[in-house]
Amino acid sequence: MFMGKVVGRVWSTVKNPGLEAQRLLFVQPINAAGEAAGKILICTDSTGAGAGETVYWVRGREASFPFTGRDVPSDATIVGIIDEIHLGKPQAEKV
Amino acid sequence: MILGRVVGTVVATRKDPRLEGHKLLIVKPVTPDGKDEAGYVVAVDTVGAGNRELVFTVAGSSARMADGCKDKPVDCVIVGIVDGVSMDAR
Repeated sequence: MFMGKVVGRVWSTVKNPGLEAQRLLFVQPINAAGEAAGKILICTDSTGAGAGETVYWVRGREASFPFTGRDVPSDATIVGIIDEIHLGKPQAEKV
Repeated sequence: MILGRVVGTVVATRKDPRLEGHKLLIVKPVTPDGKDEAGYVVAVDTVGAGNRELVFTVAGSSARMADGCKDKPVDCVIVGIVDGVSMDAR
């Protein structure tokens, strides 16, 4: 799974029937420091995430798993909203 | 899924029989503000997209979950035509 930030949304009327009633959000992948890292992509959403929220998302075939019982053709889905990130201090390199 | 613009078509006579009847389009990935990104992909069209239209594509094994692509040898499918995008102020 990867971290990202919701930065926008997409509207689409003509779409594959499997995507009906799905929210489509633009997600900017971020690194642990919260900086942008990588290209913006479109994610379906299983959590009700909103604009500006930090989320984590899953890639690949697993992206359709949250929508059990439906064939949702999605390769990226938001599966959680991040409350806090705690990062340990980087360990000193051993010589 | 990635945002892209339809820039061309692919014609193939000899192909896997399961691809017969499918429209193949060339899609150029673009950023949400419409700038071109690197590369091209050939994608199966399931929505009736036309030239220069803004679409989004699903890639990988999820592509086969799209209606009309079950058990077919495809890994990139156009699953929607974009009406509009909105970006939050950053």
